[in-house]
Amino acid sequence: MERRVIFPGWVCPALLLTPQLGVTIVFFFWPAAQAVLQSVRGGDAFGLATRFVGADNFAALFADPDYLASFAVTAIFSAAVALLALAPGLLLAVMADRVVRGAAFYKTVLLLPYAIAPAIAGVLWMFLFNPSIGVLAAALRALGVDWNYLLDGGQAMALVILAAAWKQVSYNFLFFLAGLQAIPPSLIEAAAIDGASPHRRFWAIIFPLLAPTSFFLLIVNMVYAFFDTFGVIQNVTQGGPAKATEILVYKVWYDGIVGLDLGGSAAQSVVLMAIVIGLTAIQFRFIESRVHYA
Amino acid sequence: MVTARHTAWIPHAVLIAGLVLVLLPIYVAFVASSHGLPDILEAPMTLVPGTRLVANFAEALCAGTAKTSGEPVTAMLFNSLVMALVIAIGKIVISLPSAYAVVFFRFPLRRLCFWAIFVTLMLPVEVRIIPTYKIAADLSLIDTYAGLTLPLIASATATLLFRQFFLTIPDELVEAAKIDGAGPWRFLVEMVIPLSRTNIAALFVILFIYGWNQYLWPLLITNSPGMTTIVIGIRQMIGNGDTQTEWQIVMATALLAIMPPIAVVLLMQRWFVRGLIDPEK
Repeated sequence: MERRVIFPGWVCPALLLTPQLGVTIVFFFWPAAQAVLQSVRGGDAFGLATRFVGADNFAALFADPDYLASFAVTAIFSAAVALLALAPGLLLAVMADRVVRGAAFYKTVLLLPYAIAPAIAGVLWMFLFNPSIGVLAAALRALGVDWNYLLDGGQAMALVILAAAWKQVSYNFLFFLAGLQAIPPSLIEAAAIDGASPHRRFWAIIFPLLAPTSFFLLIVNMVYAFFDTFGVIQNVTQGGPAKATEILVYKVWYDGIVGLDLGGSAAQSVVLMAIVIGLTAIQFRFIESRVHYA
Repeated sequence: MVTARHTAWIPHAVLIAGLVLVLLPIYVAFVASSHGLPDILEAPMTLVPGTRLVANFAEALCAGTAKTSGEPVTAMLFNSLVMALVIAIGKIVISLPSAYAVVFFRFPLRRLCFWAIFVTLMLPVEVRIIPTYKIAADLSLIDTYAGLTLPLIASATATLLFRQFFLTIPDELVEAAKIDGAGPWRFLVEMVIPLSRTNIAALFVILFIYGWNQYLWPLLITNSPGMTTIVIGIRQMIGNGDTQTEWQIVMATALLAIMPPIAVVLLMQRWFVRGLIDPEK
C-alpha cells in the first residue's frame, strides 16, 4: 500500500530515520553478522587466535547428544506451553462471550497475568510447588504423589510448562474473545433455528471461524515458548535436574556465557535465528493474507 | 445471542475457576508476605493473612535479604522503572519518525530502509546474545542504563504499527495541510502526533510491560548488584539449599515486581486492549 500525496525531498526522511537505523545497525545487524561469522570460526586451544572452520561448529552441534536432547526438550516444552495456554484461553473466551453480568470484571482479572514477567510467574508457581513448604505440593502429597521437582525431571518440566503457560493464557484469551465478538450473531442464530445444539454450533461454526486467530496465536505462543521463557527456566530449574528442562535458549546462554564456548554458542544462535525467521515468515504470510481477504 | 436459560450458570462456573487459577499464586504470595518465616515453614502453610505485611514489605524495600548482600529492593525497583520507561518512550520516540519517513516520503533506498527495520523482528536478543554483549562491552555500556536500554530500543513492532496507522490518514488531509503551507515537520507535529495519541497510549502499555519484564539482557549487561532489576534480582534472593530462603521477603519482592506493570495495565486497560487486538492499529 502506498500513499498518493507525499512530501518532497530526502534530507528530512533521512534525518527521521537515522536514530532507528543507527540502533538497528549497531545492535542488530552487526551482532547478527558477528554471530554468523563466529559460527564458522573456531578458537585454538589457548583462545589466542581463531580460524575458519566451515561447518565444523554446526557438525559438532548436531553430533552432540546434549544439543539434540535440548531440541527434544524444547519441542515438548513449546508444544505443551502452546497447548496449555491456547485451550484454556479459548474456553475462557467462549464463556466470557456468553456472560453479560460481571463480564468486565472477569475480563480485567483474566488480563492480569499478561502484565506479569515470565520469570516472576516462575517464582510464584515455584513457591506453590516447593517440595517442603508449597501449598500445592502438600496437596499433591496428600493425594499420594511423590512430588519433588528438584529431583524428578518430568515433574520439573511440568512445573515450568505450567508457569510459562499460566502467564500466556491472558493474551490468548483476549485475542479469542475479540475473534468471537467479530462473529456475526445472525450466523449463530440461524444455526440455532436449524436446530443445531450449542455443542454443534461451536464445532461447526464458531471454531472454524476462529481458525485464523488460532493459527496466529499458535505461532505467537511458539515464539513465546522458544524465546521468552528463559526467565522461567533460570528462576525455577536452571535447566535441571540433569538437563531435563534445558531448552535451546537456555543452552545458548549457558554454553556461551557460563561455558565460554563462543563458536558453539554462535552456531546455536544461528540455528535459533533460522527457527525464528521461519516462524516469522509463516506468521507474516498469514497476516498479509488476512489483510487481503478480511 | 442464543442462550439456554437452564445452563446459564456454566459460563460463570468456568470463569470463576479461571479467576481462581489466575489469583491463587498471587493470593498465596500475598499471604506468605504477611507472615513471619516460621509460619511459612510450618507445612501446610496457612492461607489466612498474617500481621507482618507492612513489616515484610518495609524490610524488602529497605534491606532486601541477606543473600543479596542486603541489596534493597527499592534500588531494583528504581532500575526496573528506568529501564521500562526508557525502553517504552525510546521505542515510541524513534519509531514514530521512522514510520513517518517511510510513509510520507519517496526517497532512494526507501524499501531497503523499511525492510532493514522489519527484519529486526526476526532477531530477538535471545539469538544474538553473545555478539551483542561483546559490542556493548566494546562501547563500555556494561552496568550502565544506556547498556540496559539502547540495544532493546529498536523496535520493528512499533514502526510497523505506526506505519499501518499512518497509511489510514486520508490523502485529503495531507493535501489540505500542504495547501495551507505546512511542511513535513509542521504536519508531523501538529497533525500526525495528535492523531496518533490513542496508538501511542496503547503502545506505551505494551512496551512498558515488555521493558519491565525483560530478563536475559539485564542478566547479561549488569554485573554490579546496584544495577540489577527486580525481575532478575529476585533470583539471588532464593537460596540454593545451603541457606534458608527468606520466603516472606521473596514473596513481598515478587508482589512489588508485579504491581507496577499491573497498575499500568489496569489504568490504561481501554487503550491497551484496543492497541493489542485492533487490526486497524
